[in-house]
Formats: sequence, structure tokens, C-alpha cells
Amino acid sequence: MIEFRMPSLGADMDAGTLVEWLKKPGDPVRHGDIMAVVETQKGAIEIEVFDDGVLDQILTKPGEKVPVGHVIATIRGADEPPGEGPLPVGAPPPPPTAASAMPPASKVTPPPPVECPTRQISVTPAARHRAAELGIDLGQIEPGPDGIIGLDQIEAAKRPPPPEPERKPAGISFEEMRKAIAAAMAKSHREIPHYYVSSTIDVSLLMGWLEAENERRSLPARLLYAVPLIRALALALAETPELNGHYIDGRFLPATHVNMGIAVAMRGGGLIAPAIAKVEALTMDAMMDKLRDLVGRVRSGRLRSSELSEGTVTFSNLGEDTADEVLPIIYPPQVAIIGCGKIAKRPWVSEGSLVVRRTLTVSVAGDHRVSDGRRAARFLSRFEQLLKSPEAL
Amino acid sequence: MTAEHASKLHLTREHALKLLEKMILIRRFEERCAELYGAGKIRGFLHLYIGEEANAVGVIEALTPDDAIVATYREHGHALVRGIPITSVMAEMYGKAAGSSRGHGGSMHIFDAKTRFYGGNAIVGGGLPLAVGLALADKMQGLNRVTCCFFGEGAAAEGEFHESLNLAALWKLPVFFVCENNRYAMGTAIERSQSVTDMCVHARSYGIPAEAVDGMDVVAVEAAARRLAGEVRGGGGPRFLENKTYRFRAHSMFDPELYRPKSEVEEWKKRDPIVRLTDWLQRIGLAHEADIDAIDKTVKLEIDEAVAFAEAAPWEPVEDLARDVYTPRVNAERRP
Amino acid sequence: MTKVRKITYRDAVREALIEALERDPRVFLMGEDVGRYGGAYACSKGMLERFGEERIRDTPLSESGFVGAGIGAALGGMRPIVEVMTVNFSLLALDQIVNNAATLRHMSGGQFSVPIVIRMATGAGRQLAAQHSHSFECWYAHVPGIKVLAPATIADARGMLWPALLDPDPVIIFEHATLYNDEGEIAEEGDLSVDIERAATRRAGRDATVITYGGSVKKALAAAEMLADDGISCEVIDLRSLRPLDDETIIASVKRTHRAVIVDEGWRSGSLAAEISARITEQALYALDAPVARVCSVEVPIPYPRHLEIAATPQPESIAAAVKGVLRR
Repeated sequence: MIEFRMPSLGADMDAGTLVEWLKKPGDPVRHGDIMAVVETQKGAIEIEVFDDGVLDQILTKPGEKVPVGHVIATIRGADEPPGEGPLPVGAPPPPPTAASAMPPASKVTPPPPVECPTRQISVTPAARHRAAELGIDLGQIEPGPDGIIGLDQIEAAKRPPPPEPERKPAGISFEEMRKAIAAAMAKSHREIPHYYVSSTIDVSLLMGWLEAENERRSLPARLLYAVPLIRALALALAETPELNGHYIDGRFLPATHVNMGIAVAMRGGGLIAPAIAKVEALTMDAMMDKLRDLVGRVRSGRLRSSELSEGTVTFSNLGEDTADEVLPIIYPPQVAIIGCGKIAKRPWVSEGSLVVRRTLTVSVAGDHRVSDGRRAARFLSRFEQLLKSPEAL
Repeated sequence: MTAEHASKLHLTREHALKLLEKMILIRRFEERCAELYGAGKIRGFLHLYIGEEANAVGVIEALTPDDAIVATYREHGHALVRGIPITSVMAEMYGKAAGSSRGHGGSMHIFDAKTRFYGGNAIVGGGLPLAVGLALADKMQGLNRVTCCFFGEGAAAEGEFHESLNLAALWKLPVFFVCENNRYAMGTAIERSQSVTDMCVHARSYGIPAEAVDGMDVVAVEAAARRLAGEVRGGGGPRFLENKTYRFRAHSMFDPELYRPKSEVEEWKKRDPIVRLTDWLQRIGLAHEADIDAIDKTVKLEIDEAVAFAEAAPWEPVEDLARDVYTPRVNAERRP
Repeated sequence: MTKVRKITYRDAVREALIEALERDPRVFLMGEDVGRYGGAYACSKGMLERFGEERIRDTPLSESGFVGAGIGAALGGMRPIVEVMTVNFSLLALDQIVNNAATLRHMSGGQFSVPIVIRMATGAGRQLAAQHSHSFECWYAHVPGIKVLAPATIADARGMLWPALLDPDPVIIFEHATLYNDEGEIAEEGDLSVDIERAATRRAGRDATVITYGGSVKKALAAAEMLADDGISCEVIDLRSLRPLDDETIIASVKRTHRAVIVDEGWRSGSLAAEISARITEQALYALDAPVARVCSVEVPIPYPRHLEIAATPQPESIAAAVKGVLRR
């Protein structure tokens, strides 16, 4: 019997409130399935299961707040018999026979990014009411071709009702998030000995290549300039493993993959940095898709726990029309963060002459317990080199 | 009182003083209303009958309690003479629940089922078809009674006037049409609105026997009314009486009277029906100073009491607002 | 087993009139061409011979005059049935209906009732052009103090008149001009009076509620048949009483089907359909799966040529399309 525990979804998370179970006892589960929705200071986050089996018992009721690490459910192997004894107090009653079985792990792919129902998607009053009756989260529902969620859409997505009358996941509480971010940053600043290395890079070539590339592409397929930057960072990090991994309990655990956290601004203030997994293996197109998807889900508050806990390094791009340089703070338990300022035309010396080039200032912050300035500088120089051949990225 | 008896005018002292008292009652009532309107006690529209008293008094003398009356918005005098309690009428002017229409109608909509007083109609000409219908009902039910319909000369321009006269004549209905021709339809003189200003001609064009009378002479009015109402009552079909009269006051309270010269008003005031009757009665010795004083005192008392009654009377509670839209029935009232 | 016989809507109206005149000597019929001509729509054919001139009373062309006279007669103790040839001509009598019939009771503080019944033909569909094709039921349904009925079936044409006469308040009965020739079954004997306050569900259904009255009821039923072929199940409600409206029946149905389509031959703007839509919003908003749809006449004076008249008025096809619209199919 496997214990499914309340995961830690951030450095400063102590406890989480179980909002809604998306599986019921008896449902098969597979690695990556979304099990439940948990409310944290930063908002509602879906938590995944990393095992295969069958959900045996639910031990935490919706509405309950439990500490990180608390066992909230049990999973048995496909061949194991169900757990003995009466169901613990508060466990869900047997599912109603009329309810359709949980669709199998075809839901591994993230649900389409549905905005909060109060925004662009229209929900009919009847559908809203019916969804509430059935305990269906409207955010999970695919609207019709006209953008309307009506009774038809609810019927198509009908799930068994949850054990308790469900409470819809709360909207993003920006106040809470800012507090959480503040706490994490303060902790980072306190505990991690930061050092900084910056480099200003001529990216004219890169931008020229990107512009030509985007000319050829249709509008939805165009790449943001962050994409080749991230590719280059990922490849450069492969050669500087001291910048990619976790520092936990006095030990550095280098990561096998580059799960790059992307700092995204949230509406109402604050940054959150969910990670794109294994960026070193992604093509630029695939990365563009993931970037788009990520930003969308940040806006609608639908992030997954793995995205917040499995980043191995973070990239913070201030973006256009901002400052020249940024000296960011590392997100614990990571050991580095790379920030860059705006790309702008600046005076440059090329072969002894003064020219105007588009340049970018990249800064690396490193955890001095794990790396030093020279390692970081080498990383930056490799990064710069990679950007000289953008077509190879 | 038989039809024949009623159609002859008996001008005894008693009767004469009765006529005088009724006219004075109307006059003082209207004057008091004007005062109360100025004080904000009476609101909306107020149309005073001052100068025209002889018409209501003279004509209604010819009617029995069984007859029906349809009148216009200038009907306070008609209501009082008909016998609707002055307290009810004054309370109605105030809009109090003790008013003759529970305060719902005000000055223009005095109704009384007991005395068969069917308004109080504010649409010029709107009462004529009603009168035709009431008379039709009487005829169909074999009831020998008269429906007396008062209206102004302005109504003669409305289609309903013509339709009603035609119907009444066609079906030989017991309607006594009484036209109070005070020469002005609000601000428009009759010469400017009627191609034919002789109202009797209109009536005769429908085959209705018609007479004109000096509406400032109550005795003449009564005599004519008794004769014509008697003919209606006798089954002769409709009759038409034109009372040539004049209102001394404006059409309603907010009327600067730009449409008629002051001199004209002064001329007509010389023919004040109350002054005329008083003078005449005193001249021929049927009435004395003391009689006039007594009437004045009685009338003043009545009116003071009526005002006190109206002042003290309660307002209809707002909760009762939607009562009396539909007639209550055994089953519960449904929402409209 | 009730024995039935087949009659036309017109026959039903006539039988109702005859029954009324026979049952109560105070009842009489008054209007243009009701006597010698036999009625503009032949509803009173033969009645002059049977009941005489006093009780089958031809009037001159004086709508205001004879409607007002009807009101006066009702005040005076009779039970008149006033026939205004069509709602188009009733405009001439609006003053009497609105300012007298509807208001006398309240204005007099409850002293008088006006037990008058006014019957009018209404609606379009016979290429009679703009001045003869109006549907002004909503204007009358707007006014407190009167009651408004719209018999759409033979049974209602037969059975609404007597209860309307029993009602102490003014009742206006609208007979859609295209219904007179319709045939249907009616019981041979027994009391044929019907309720005059409730709507009737003419067809039960699950997917959408179609609410209508008068001449549009059979169009709605035709639309429902068409939709059944597409697997759509429509509930059709015949309002029968336009004032008061039977909210209870309407709302119960919409709460079940979640979708409402109102068919009203009047023009949309300020229509009875607008009123019903507002009531549905007030009382059943949270049950709606789509906005309330209205199928009304196009905002033009009703034109003369057949194809334009059809295009201007609700038809089974447009009703069916509206139902599909609220189902988003």
C-alpha cells in the first residue's frame, strides 16, 4: 500500500487545504494523473500522483487543512486487495452506481486552459447550477464551439459527485501569494550566499536570425526571443552542472535534466516561476508551445505541483521596455538563477570601430556554497558562444 | 310624484328658497375649494362651476332619485345637488378614503352608486356613450327612467358626441342630453371650433327635439328641464337641452384666461344666477334679508363641517392600493 | 366514453353565443353586422331570426359609441356581448375600453363593476394588408382592470364565453381570424365551460418550452412535429389567458426544459413576448441554458402579397429554427 502525501509545493509551504478530490476510491491511477486540488497561499494547485495503482482510500476531506507530508490517501497495487476495516471517519461514501466511471488516464495531458468562468467563456445559469450539483469544476469543462458551456457540456463531462458538497477552488489570492513570495525571497536572501556574474552580449546575430525565422512562420508559430535564449542556457548548463540542481540539508544534488523555471509575472503583482521539464530535450517549437501554455495557466491559476517543485534552475527575463540588467534572487532549493534585461541598441566596439548593436545583459546569480564566479563566467561565455549559431539551437 | 305633476313648475316660496339655497351651496363650496386648492389641500385639476349653478340646480330638479346622471369633470355642483353628502364630496376633493370614490378620483371623478351618479368623466365626450348604454339597459329591462347626460359644448366636436346622439335617436333611448354651453372649450371659443355654433341644430340633425334656454335663469332652466325630461320619461326618445351659460372663473385653477376679455366676464357677471334670483325674490316679496342670512349661515356651517370632516378623515392605506381593480370573487384573486 | 362531434371554430363561437343568450335574458349581442349580415365572420348567422332585433343588435359604424354604450348597459344591469369586428377597428374604442371599462371600478372606489364581454377578431394571414392585420392583444393585456382571453382551440372557443360573461369585470376575447374555418372535436353534451385563467400544455416535451397563444398555437405544434423528426422534444404551452398570465405553468415548464421560445404574432418591441421573457428572467433565470428566444412579426406593417405576409409573421419553420437556436444545434 502506497501512502499519498500532501506534497510541498513551495519552499515556504507548511500546510495545504484539500479543496477537491478528482479521483475516487477504486479509480485506477497512473503516474502523472491529477489526484486533487490543493489550496495554498499562492492559489489552487493540482497535485499529481507519481505511482501506478488503484486509489484505495481517501483520508483527508475537502476543506481540511493538513501539514505537508501528511498522508491524505492510500494507493494499492492493481493486484492488491482493498484496505481492511471500516472506512475511516470522513472517507467518501461508495460512489453512486449511476455515475459513469472515471475516464482512464487519458487525462494525463493537462486540461485545456479554461479561464475563470467569469471571463471570456460563457456559462449558462443552468449549466452553472448543474455543475454545482454534480460537483464538477467548470474550469475542467471544454466549452462548445461557440465558447459556451451549457448543459450539454456538463452532461458530457459528468463525474460522480464528491463526498462533500464541493467548494469551488478559490481564485488566486494575490495578497497571499505576495506574502508567500516575500517569505521565500527573504529566506533565500538569508540563507543562500549569493554571488553575481554579468555579461553583456551582442545578440544582433541572434535577433536577425530570429526575425528571418519568424518571417517564414505563420503568426501562431512564431517564436519569442526567450526561446532560443532558454535553449542556449539549457545547453550551456549541461556543461556547468553546479548551476543546475537542488541544495538540500547541506548537500548539493545535481539534476540529471534541466527543468527550467520561467519567471512569469502574475496579474496583480508578484512573480511565480513554474518549471518546464527537460528543456534540453525540447525543440524550439515544442518549447514555444510549453511557454505559451504555462503563461496561460499562470493567468488562470491552474498550475501543477510538479511545476513548482521540480525546477532545477530559473530564468528571469525582465522583457522589453525594462531595465538593462537584473540581479535576481535564487529560488530555494535551486542553486542558480539567470536573469536578463532588455535587448536594446547600444554602442559596441567591433573590430576596433564604434558600431550600434543590439545587446543584452545576462546575469547569473549562484549559490556560493556550490559554485563560484569562475564557473559562472565560463557558463556565460559558453552561452554567448551558443547564441552565435542560433540555427544550431 | 307623477310625470305630469313633475313637469309643471311650482314656484312656491319654499321651492324658490330651495333653489336659491342649492345655488348658494354650490357657489360657496366652489369658492372654498378655490381657497383650499391655493392652500395645497386640493391637488391636481380643479374646475369650478361658479356662474353655472343654475344649470345643475334647475335640471336635476326635474329628475327622480331613480334616474341616472352622467356628468363631466366640472361636476361638484351636480354631485351636491344630486344628494351626495357634502362631507363625502369634500373628502374626495382631498383624496381621503372617506371620499365618495375612496379618494381615488378626486375632483374630476365623483361617483355615487346610491344616487346613480356615474361620474365625474375627464374625457370630453367620454360620458355620452355611457349614458346611451345606461338608457339602453333601462329600455331593454323595461325600466321607466331617464338618463340625464351633462356635457359642455366642446364635446360637440368629438366623434363620440355624434355617435351617441345618433345611437340614442336610432334606438329611441331615454337619454336627456343637457349641453352646458359656456362658450369656451378650455381656451377655445365656440366660434373658433364649431362650423355651426347652434347646438340645437346639431341635435336636430339626428332627429332629436332640442331647445335652448337661458342658463343663468334657474327658473327657466327648471321649467325647460321638467318639460323635456317629462317627454323622455313618457317614451318619446331622447331630448336635447342647450343651456346658454357662462363660467365666471377660469377653465381650471391654472388658467390666465388669455382667451377672453375681462369686460366680457364682467358683462356676464351682471347676470349672476344667484344675484338674479335673490333680487327677484326680494322684489316680489318671496324672500327677505333674513332668509338670505339664514341660508348663508346654514351653507357656511355645512361647508365648515365638510372641511373639518375632510381634514380629519384618514388616508387610504397604501396596502389597499391594488384593491378594487377587479371585483372580488369567491376564488382568490390572481395576479394580473 | 364521451360522444364527440366535429364542428368548426366558427360553429363553436356561435354555439357559445346561443347558449349565452338562452341561459340569461340579460345577455345580448351588439356590433356591426351581427344581425342581418349574420356576422362579419358568420359567427352569428341565424341568430337574429332566433332572438330578435333587441338582443341581436346591429350598430352603426360607431365603435366608440357602441362600445361605450355596452359599458353603460353593463353598468345598468345588462350583460352585453359587444362584437368589434376586428382589433384594428377597436382602436376607435380604446378610450372607452381603457378610460371607462378598465378604470371605472378603481376610480369610483369599488362602487361599480363593468360586466361587459368584448369579442374581437385579430391577426394576419389572409392578405388583408396593414390596416386589417394587427395583433394588439398586448396593448389590452397591458391594462389593469380588464381581462384578456385568446381561445386557440375549438373547445376554448366553445367554452370561454360563458365564464367570461359570469365574470363581473370587463373581458376581451380575441378570436384569431385564421381559426374560424378550423375543424375539431367537441363533446356532444355536458357542461362545455372551461377555465379562463390557466394556460394549457398542448404538447408535453423535454428539450424546450414553446409558449404561445391564439393563431400561433397550431404553428407551434406544427414546428414541434418537424422538430420531433430531428429528435427534439418540444413542450408547447397555449397561454389561453393573456391577462392574467399563468406564470405558474410557464415557469414550471421552463424550469424543467431549461429553454424557452415565445411565439407572438405582435411586433417584438414592447410585446407580450417581451413581458413573458421578463417574467421568465425574474422567476427562472438560474434554470436557463440559453437566453429566452422570441419569434415575433417582423417590424413592418403587415404586407399584402402572400410571400411577404408569410415572411413577416411567425411560421413553423422560424419557430423550429428558434428552438434549434436555444438548443445550440
